[in-house]
Formats: sequence, structure tokens, C-alpha cells
Amino acid sequence: MTDVADIWIYLSQGPLLWLTVTLIAYGIGDWAFRASGRKPIVNPVLLAVALLAVVLTVTGTSYQTYFEGAQFVHFMLGPATVALAVPLYTNLSLIRRSLLPMLAALVVGAGAAMVSAVVIARAAGVAPDTLLSLVPKSVTAPVAIGITEALGGQPSLTAVLVIVTGVTGAIIGTPIFNALRITDYRARGFAMGVASHGIGTARAFQVNETAGAFAGIGMGLNALLTALIAPLLAPWLVGAY
Amino acid sequence: MIQHLTILLAFQLLGEAISRAAGLPLPGPVLGMALLFLALLGVPRLAAIASTAQGLLAHLSLLFVPAGVGVVGQLDRLGNDGVGLALAILGSTAIAIIAGVYTFLAVARVLDR
Repeated sequence: MTDVADIWIYLSQGPLLWLTVTLIAYGIGDWAFRASGRKPIVNPVLLAVALLAVVLTVTGTSYQTYFEGAQFVHFMLGPATVALAVPLYTNLSLIRRSLLPMLAALVVGAGAAMVSAVVIARAAGVAPDTLLSLVPKSVTAPVAIGITEALGGQPSLTAVLVIVTGVTGAIIGTPIFNALRITDYRARGFAMGVASHGIGTARAFQVNETAGAFAGIGMGLNALLTALIAPLLAPWLVGAY
Repeated sequence: MIQHLTILLAFQLLGEAISRAAGLPLPGPVLGMALLFLALLGVPRLAAIASTAQGLLAHLSLLFVPAGVGVVGQLDRLGNDGVGLALAILGSTAIAIIAGVYTFLAVARVLDR
């Protein structure tokens, strides 16, 4: 009979184990989300990440080993982003009628995200060189990292801030809209996509298809806008102090 | 399903190639999304991929889990600035959401008039 430890060593070397565990952790997170009556605070991403962090720590598994399995899930982010074109297309007439509101909300939302983040962080005593890495935090991760590199910040810090922003938006978005009694799913989705990129978009899709489509546009447009204006705005924002 | 996935990957590949070749500030998949959108306008038959696209998008949250796990190990990077950065993210995300949603509604209301 093979020792349990041998089986563990065998399994932990291949991608199967961590791919499966990732799906199970998400399954548990999603189950808890549904069981709670879809409460935003019971965020399936946050739960799955917390569960996996505990499992990796307890089993002494490095992130590198984990990612060899999880990369297959991670890879699907690319085709899923491309797939956002489909809800864009099916909501075309609605989107066509909302072009101006979207552009206005894009500029105001993206500007508010960058300026308020730097102002609050600075008031809370965050070091100036860290502020640069905070500027693009509302933008989808690959673009945000590129922006931070261009600004001279720390890309790995930006990656953390981007994910935390996404989860934050996914948790606080729906309660904010409900408290403000905003029922227009175009506006709700778009604001989510601009403020909290893909994770906010994923959350918007859970609430409503139209919201998801508009969130996807918000995410895409903000990636473009922030990439263009952050290099102009950031030195001024951070240097203003 | 395989056909649909092939279409999605082909547009991602196209997006990556163009973005890299032209040095655009957009990541390949975002450009791929824009290209697929244009292709759908020209070739409505492509909309057959809707079932696969919806399947992927329904579980978009799952796809962020591996990156999220990576972030947990990096949390010590926040160092002494952790509390300040957390406040900044919480505050600015709420402000951006509220500013964005009200701007959208205000402009939509003016146009409807």
C-alpha cells in the first residue's frame, strides 16, 4: 500500500490537484453566497481566495506550485474578456441610446477614482512614492500594471491594490445603489465597471445581464481613458503636496 | 462549443498581436473584445457564440480567484501604509461609484427631456 504522503507528493506535483481545489473553493464560495440569500458581503471571490490561502498555508504549498494548476482558470480571463463583446452586441440599441451618459460617467467616475484615492491616501499619511502605484487601481490589472510601470511606481503593489479595489466595489456597489434607490441597471453596471473593473463587472453580471454589459463597457473604456490621462494627471496629483 | 472557443481565442490572439505590434496601451483581450464587437456588427451570424460567451461570463468571478490568492501573499507589501491604502480604496471606490452613477443618470435625464 502506498503511503498517503507519497500520494500527496505525486498529486502536488501536477496541475490537477490545485485546479480541482480552486474549483471546489469557488464552489463553496458560490454556495455560501447563494445560501446567504445573495448578500454582497458574502463575496464568492473573497471567500474562495480566503479558503485557498488557508489551504496553501496549512499544506505549506508555494504560490508558484499552486499557480501551475490554477493557471488554467486564470488563462480563461482572456477569452472571457473577449466574450464581453457579446452582451455589448445584444444590448446594442440600449448602448447606442446611452452613449453620452456613458462618456460623462466615464470621465467623472474615472477622475473621481484617481483623485479621491490619492487625496484620501495622502491625508492618511501614505508615503508619496506609494501614491503613484495607487493611481490606476480602478483599471483592469494588466493595464493598471502597465500604467504604474510608466509612472515609475511598483507594479506588484498595484496588482494588490487593483484586486482589493475590485473586491471592494463588488461588495459595496449593490448596497450603495439600493440605499440610493437607483434602479437603472445601465447606470449601476457602468459605474461598477468604471470603479472596480472586472471583479465589479463579474458582480454586475450576477445581478443583471444589462448591468453586466454596461459594466464591461465601463471597464474597457476606463482602461483606455486612465492609460491616456494617468501619465498626465499622476505627477500633478502626487506632486501637488 | 469548441468552435465558439476558437473564435474567442482567435480574437484574443488578434488583439494581442495588434496591441503588441502597435504598442497600444490596451491589453490584447480588451482590444480583442473591441474587434469581436466590430466583427459582430459586420457578421451577425457570429452571434451564435452567445451561449458559450454567456457560460463564461456567468462565472467571471471564478476567473479572478488565482490572481486573488496571489495577492494574499503580497499583502505585506502594503507595510505601514496598509490602513491608509485600505481607507483610500474603500473611500475612493465608493466615491467613484456614486459619482459615476449620478453623472450617468443626470445626463440621461437631460437627454430624455
